[in-house]
Amino acid sequence: MTVPGSLAPVFEPGFFSSSPVHVALIVGGVVAVVSGVVGTFTVMRGQAFAGHSLADIGTAGGSAAFLVGISPLYGFVTMNLIAAGAMELIGIRRPRGRDLATGIVLGAALGLAALFLYWDTTSSSTTGATINVLFGSIFELPSSLVPVIAVFSVVATGIVLVLYRPLLLSSLSPDLAATRGVPVRLVGIGYLIALAVAVSLSAVTIGAILSTALLIGPAAAALRLTKRAPLAMAIAAGVGVAATWLGILLAYDSYDWPPRHQGWPVSFFVVTLVFAFYIVIHLSVRRAGGHRPNPVSAGAA
Amino acid sequence: MSGSPILTVDGISVWLSGRQILHDVGFRIEAGEFTGLIGSNGAGKTTLLRVILGLESPTSGHVLVGGRSLNRRNPLIGYVPQKILLDPDMPLRARDLVGLGLDGHRFGLPRRSPAQKQLIDEMLDAVDATSFADARVGNLSGGEQQRVLIAHALISRPRLLLLDEPLANLDLRSEQEIVELVARIATEQQIAVLISAHDMNPLLPVTDRVVYVAGGRVASGTTEEVVTTEVLSQLYGHHVDVVHINERILVVAGHDTAVHHHSDSGAGYV
Repeated sequence: MTVPGSLAPVFEPGFFSSSPVHVALIVGGVVAVVSGVVGTFTVMRGQAFAGHSLADIGTAGGSAAFLVGISPLYGFVTMNLIAAGAMELIGIRRPRGRDLATGIVLGAALGLAALFLYWDTTSSSTTGATINVLFGSIFELPSSLVPVIAVFSVVATGIVLVLYRPLLLSSLSPDLAATRGVPVRLVGIGYLIALAVAVSLSAVTIGAILSTALLIGPAAAALRLTKRAPLAMAIAAGVGVAATWLGILLAYDSYDWPPRHQGWPVSFFVVTLVFAFYIVIHLSVRRAGGHRPNPVSAGAA
Repeated sequence: MSGSPILTVDGISVWLSGRQILHDVGFRIEAGEFTGLIGSNGAGKTTLLRVILGLESPTSGHVLVGGRSLNRRNPLIGYVPQKILLDPDMPLRARDLVGLGLDGHRFGLPRRSPAQKQLIDEMLDAVDATSFADARVGNLSGGEQQRVLIAHALISRPRLLLLDEPLANLDLRSEQEIVELVARIATEQQIAVLISAHDMNPLLPVTDRVVYVAGGRVASGTTEEVVTTEVLSQLYGHHVDVVHINERILVVAGHDTAVHHHSDSGAGYV
């Protein structure tokens, strides 16, 4: 593909012909969509802490995967599903029990991650594991992983879209949902599975530590922009894709940049773009007076 | 008040973590009746409502709704919960919440027919919520939220409407508006209402009967039958005085002058 002359300074030579860039654009875009859709519910349900904890917990799986020589994606997914199950068993349904359960599982998993990462860094073949697990590896993903990522993406997005109404109702009031015949606990488990998968996908692209930014940031901004949940999911997905693609482009361009002329990490750009977008939205919506404070009410739970 | 009752509560006892919350509770509600479920916080009102809703299993006794025993999804019951999680940022309009009353248990994103949309509009109109139908529910006042929740409960055409402390945290005017609204709809649509409250006074103009809860036991009947010094003293297990002041009823502990309960009802009371 040739780039028109006027855009040449933006798209550095080789951007559109590089195979790692292709994979990064595809995977990054897909993962941003998943994060936007799932993240909208994460923000609505007030589970940002659980989402971030899953990402941290996943590092134990991601680092273990390096030790046995498989893609960290499988490690993340396995570990996150186990952790989501543990949180559900300990009692994720009550906000207070939920935070405690999350914290307990998080602590145990980080201990494991410390051990595995230590082994990774002391073994000569996997010294890059720490950076890879914590900060992502979007330019190093093998194209063979693309179909796997696609399947996981369809599963996570599909769960949230199929459960949309029962999930919305049980997020508002579990009792109200139960009286309408919603199997509240099963719906909650379904959502946790989607969250675990979404966080894993995000972890392999922009890194375990930063994945929350992609999960929470676009969704939080979208909730300020629209009062319709389906539209919020679409906006969050769009914002995520834009930030990810722009981040990939900037990272590619940054190979010429100071101070070291070795390129800046994609994750940095993606997270910064998401953050900047959220701040702009936050300030502009506030100035527009779009939010009057919630008065004392029966609804303020 | 003849015919088969819409709700029969018979011999309900509930133990929760080793403590008996309800003792052999029984009462009936006839179709179209407006009943106040009165009692102080912790008396067992919420547990009783949860049993009727099928959210809590009684240790003994049974509940019949429309003559049939309970199961989880009972289309005859409409429920207005006391608390619902509503952040101001929640992307949910009043009309969306009412729509969930129609099809919130179904899978997938909502795709509603023109007839369903019209029904939602009619319900919003019935609770005087048309003017804020497109506002975020989280930005509405307490009274406005109650209206929307009532429309949510009514859209599935229940025969019995359960409201859990709908007047809590409302100012006096909203309190009165909600009571009048529920009474009007109950009459118009022939729906029986069971409404819990720690202060019976706002409900007195419209209630047909009261179910008075104290210490996990109940007394039921008309207000004149139940809210008397004799009946309530027996229910509480110690002497209380029922005092009428300016068409308001106060229940005070006997002998000393301290207000025995209802003391948390604040400005709406004395």
